[in-house]
Amino acid sequence: MAVPLVFFGLFFAYPVAAIVGRGLKTDDGWQFGRIGEVLARPDIADVLWFTTWQALASTALTLVIALPAAYVFARLDFPGKQLLRAVVTVPFVLPTVVVGTAFLALVGRGGLMDELWGVRLDTTVWAILLAHVFFNYAVVVRTVGGLWAQLDPRQEEAARVLGAGRFAAWRHVTLPALAPAVAAASLMVFLFTFSSFGVVQILGGPSYSTLEVEVYRQTAQFLDLSTAAVLTMVQFAAIGGVLAVHARTVRRRETALRLVDPARTAHRPRGWAQSALLGGVLLTIALLIVLPLGVLVERSFDVPGGYGFGFYRALQDTGAGGGTFLVPPLEAIWNSLQYALAATAIALLVGGLAAAALTRRAGRFVRGFDALLMLPLGVSAVTVGFGFLITLDEPPLDLRTSWILVPLAQALVGVPFVVRTMLPVLRAVDARLREAAAVLGASPLRAWREVDLPLVRRALLIAAGFAFAVSLGEFGATVFIARPDRPTLPVAVARLLGRAGELNYGQAMALSTILMLVCAVSLLVLERLRPDKTSGEF
Amino acid sequence: MSTTKKLAGAALAAALGVATLSACGGDAKDKSAGSSDAPKSKTVTLVSHDSFNVTDTVLKEFEQQSGYTVKVLKSGDAGAALNQEILTKGSPRGDVFFGVDNTLLSRALDNGIFTPYEAKGLAGVKPEYVLDKEHRVTPIDSGDICVNYDKAYFADKKLAPPQTLDDLVKPEYKNLLVTENAATSSPGLGFLLASVGKYGEEGWKDYWSKLKANGVEVVDGWEQAYNERFSGSAGGKKAKGDRPLVVSYASSPPVEVLYGEPQPAEAPTGVSTGTCFRQTEFAGLLKGAKNEEGGKALLDFLISKKFQEDMPLQMFVNPVTKDASLPELFTKHGVVIEKPENVAPESIAKNRDQWVKAWTSLVVK
Repeated sequence: MAVPLVFFGLFFAYPVAAIVGRGLKTDDGWQFGRIGEVLARPDIADVLWFTTWQALASTALTLVIALPAAYVFARLDFPGKQLLRAVVTVPFVLPTVVVGTAFLALVGRGGLMDELWGVRLDTTVWAILLAHVFFNYAVVVRTVGGLWAQLDPRQEEAARVLGAGRFAAWRHVTLPALAPAVAAASLMVFLFTFSSFGVVQILGGPSYSTLEVEVYRQTAQFLDLSTAAVLTMVQFAAIGGVLAVHARTVRRRETALRLVDPARTAHRPRGWAQSALLGGVLLTIALLIVLPLGVLVERSFDVPGGYGFGFYRALQDTGAGGGTFLVPPLEAIWNSLQYALAATAIALLVGGLAAAALTRRAGRFVRGFDALLMLPLGVSAVTVGFGFLITLDEPPLDLRTSWILVPLAQALVGVPFVVRTMLPVLRAVDARLREAAAVLGASPLRAWREVDLPLVRRALLIAAGFAFAVSLGEFGATVFIARPDRPTLPVAVARLLGRAGELNYGQAMALSTILMLVCAVSLLVLERLRPDKTSGEF
Repeated sequence: MSTTKKLAGAALAAALGVATLSACGGDAKDKSAGSSDAPKSKTVTLVSHDSFNVTDTVLKEFEQQSGYTVKVLKSGDAGAALNQEILTKGSPRGDVFFGVDNTLLSRALDNGIFTPYEAKGLAGVKPEYVLDKEHRVTPIDSGDICVNYDKAYFADKKLAPPQTLDDLVKPEYKNLLVTENAATSSPGLGFLLASVGKYGEEGWKDYWSKLKANGVEVVDGWEQAYNERFSGSAGGKKAKGDRPLVVSYASSPPVEVLYGEPQPAEAPTGVSTGTCFRQTEFAGLLKGAKNEEGGKALLDFLISKKFQEDMPLQMFVNPVTKDASLPELFTKHGVVIEKPENVAPESIAKNRDQWVKAWTSLVVK
C-alpha cells in the first residue's frame, strides 16, 4: 500500500495539484470565481456534453463488437490464435496521427466503404466511434477474455443438466461471474475515450472538441492556466462520478469463483453456431483491425514504380546525412524498448502491490485509493507533463530532464491497466485457500506465492502486455518531457510526418510498420513467458 | 504486514535499478542539473521545439572550437515548448531557448524569461529582423507560410493557379483549398494572420466569410492537410487527396524535390506568392541559465555563417544574415517572397486569442 501511495502522491497528485493550484491562485489569493465563469461559457458546456456522450457511445459499441471476440479467444481453439491475440493489441501502440491516416483509407473519400457502397464517414461522429472501437477492442478481449478463459465450464454444464436452456445458463451462471471483468473493461474504455485527443481531432475535424483537446489548447497554446485548471477539475468530477457508479455496481458482484487452468477450457469449435461465431469474429477483426493496419503496411512498400523495400532502406541512411533530427530507426526501436521495459517494471510493481492491497482490505479509504489509481487515465497528459515541470525541479528530485521521467509518466497510465486486469482475478481467489495456507504455517508472502500467483499468473501477463503496449505507443506525455535526444518510435514517426516529401512520408509508414512488428513480437514473447513451475491446479 | 512493506520497498528499489540498467545507454555522461562539480560548466543546453535540427558535423565543429558540449532538449511544438519555459521561469532546464517566433514573441518578452545579450555578429543580421532593441532575443531564421498549388492539376485543367489572397475567393477556385485549424496549427495561424495583415483588423472576417462560401476546407494540422488532403504531395496522392491548394510553406516545393524518389527535375508543386505570412524565429539566453558563458557562445554560433548556411537543408528555413548564401536546391526550386503580409508582434499579442476565437466560430462551427 505504501509504495503505490508514495508513487501516486509524488508523480501524480502533487504535480497535478500544483499546476491546478497555479491556475487558480494569483497574487490576489484564490480565484474560485473563475470556476463559475468558465463553466458558464456555453462552448464549455457543449464540449463537456460531447465528450461524455461520445465516450458512452464508444464504450457501448466497443462492448457489443468485442464481447463475442472475448468469448472466442477464451473458449475456442483455432490456428493462429496467439498471433491474432497479439495483432488485435497492435492498434493500441500506434500514434493516432498514423491511425487517422489508416482510417481515412477505410471510411474516407475514395476509401474502401466509399468504393463499395458510396458511404463516407469521415468528419462524422461515426468515424470517431469506429476508431475508438479499433483502439479499445483489445482492452475488452484481453480483460474479459482473460477471466472467461479461467471460469470453470462445468458450472454452466451443471445448470444445463438441471434443465436451463443454453442462453439461460449463460445468463445466470457465466454472466454474473464475468461482470467484474466486463465492468473493469468498460471503465477503462470509457476513461480512454473520455480523454480522447488525436482521434477526435483527425477523424472528426476541428468542429468536434473534447475536454482533453480544450485542456491541451488552454495549457500548451494559450497558457491560460486558470481555464485549464477548471477544465481539469471538471475532468476529475466526471471521472469521479463514473468511478463511483463503477464501484457501486462491482462491489456486490465480486465473489470467489472456481478458477481453472485456461488451457483446459478451450476447445475446437463444435457445431455450426460456434463455427459461425468464430467466422463472424474473424471477419470483424479482418475488416476493423487488419485492414486499416494493412493500408499502412501497403503504403510502406509502395515505392515509385512498384513495390519494394526502398523506404526501409532509406531508414538506414538517416545517419549519413546526419543531424539531431533523425536517428537511425534501430536506435529508436532500442529507445522504445528500453522505456517500455522500465515502464512495465514500474507499472507491474506499483500496480501489483496496489491490487494486492485492494484485495485484502475493504472500506471507504481503500475505495478512494482504488479511484485515485484510475485517475491518470482520464487526466490530460499535458496537465501531468506541465505539472512535472513546476514540481520536480529541485534537487534531489530535479527529474525534468532525466530519462526516468518518461517511463514514470508512462507507468502512470500503465498502472490502472495492471490493477483493473488483476483485481477481478485476485478477488475471485477464494480467501479460504489463503487461510488454509496460513494455518499450515505459510508466511503471507509464501501464501501469496503458492496460492495467488499460480491463479493470477495469466492476468499478470495480460497486465504486463498492456503496460508494455501503453508505453510503446505513448506519445502525449513523451512529447512534453524534454530529454536528451532519444526519440521513441512514435516520436520519430511524428517527426517524419511533419516534413514534406515522398521519402519522409514513406519512411514514416515504414517506421509505423516496424512499430507494429515490435509490438506484436513483444506481446507474443510475453504470451509465451511461462515460469518453470507448472501451475497448481485445483 | 511490515515485512511486506520492507519487501515492497526493496522490490521498488530493485525495479528502479533494473530500469536504470536497461535505459542507461548514452546517458552515462549526463550530469543531473544542479550538481555542477566544476565552477565552469562544460555543457551548454539548448532547449527547443521538435523541429530543431542541425548537421552533426557542424555542431561538432562548434564543440571543438568552443570547448563546450552541446545538449539539445526538444519538448513539443513551438507554442508548447515556449510555454514550458515561461512556467519554469527562473529555474530553466537549459541555457538557451530557440524557437520563439514573431507570433509568440510578445508573450516571451512580457514574461521576462530572457537575459539581454547582444550576440557577436549581430551587425551582419538584416536589420528588418531585429525586432527587439534590447536584444533579449536574437533573430535566427525566417520562413514564409504560403498557399502551395499542385502544378499537374492546374495544367490539366488549363487553369492559371491563384496567386493572391483575392484570387482564392474567385469562383474558378471553388472547393480547391484546404487549410489548418488556426487554433492548433502554426501554418493555420499564419494564414489567418496573412489575411489580417492584408485586410486589416476588421476586414479579415469578411474575407473569411467569402472563403468559406467558396468551399475552404479546414483540417486539424499540417500533416493531415498536406499528406492526406493535398493532391500534390506524395502522401496525398496515395490517400487520393482532392484539394490542389494547401496552406504550407514557401520551402515545401524544394523539400518535395529533395525527398523525391527519384529526385524530380522540377518541383511538383508551386507557391502562390501573394498569400504569404512571414515567420521569424528567435533565440535567447534564458534567465537563470546555469552556464551563461556557454549560452552566449551558443547564440554567437547560431548566427555564424556556418550554422546559417546549414539551416536551410536541415529545417527548411531561410537564413537571416546578409552573408549567408542559399543552397542550390533553394535557388533553383524555391521562390523569394518579395512582399509577405505582416502584423506587428504587439498587435498579435493583444488580439491573437480573440482573433482565433472569432475565426473558430466563423469558419469551423
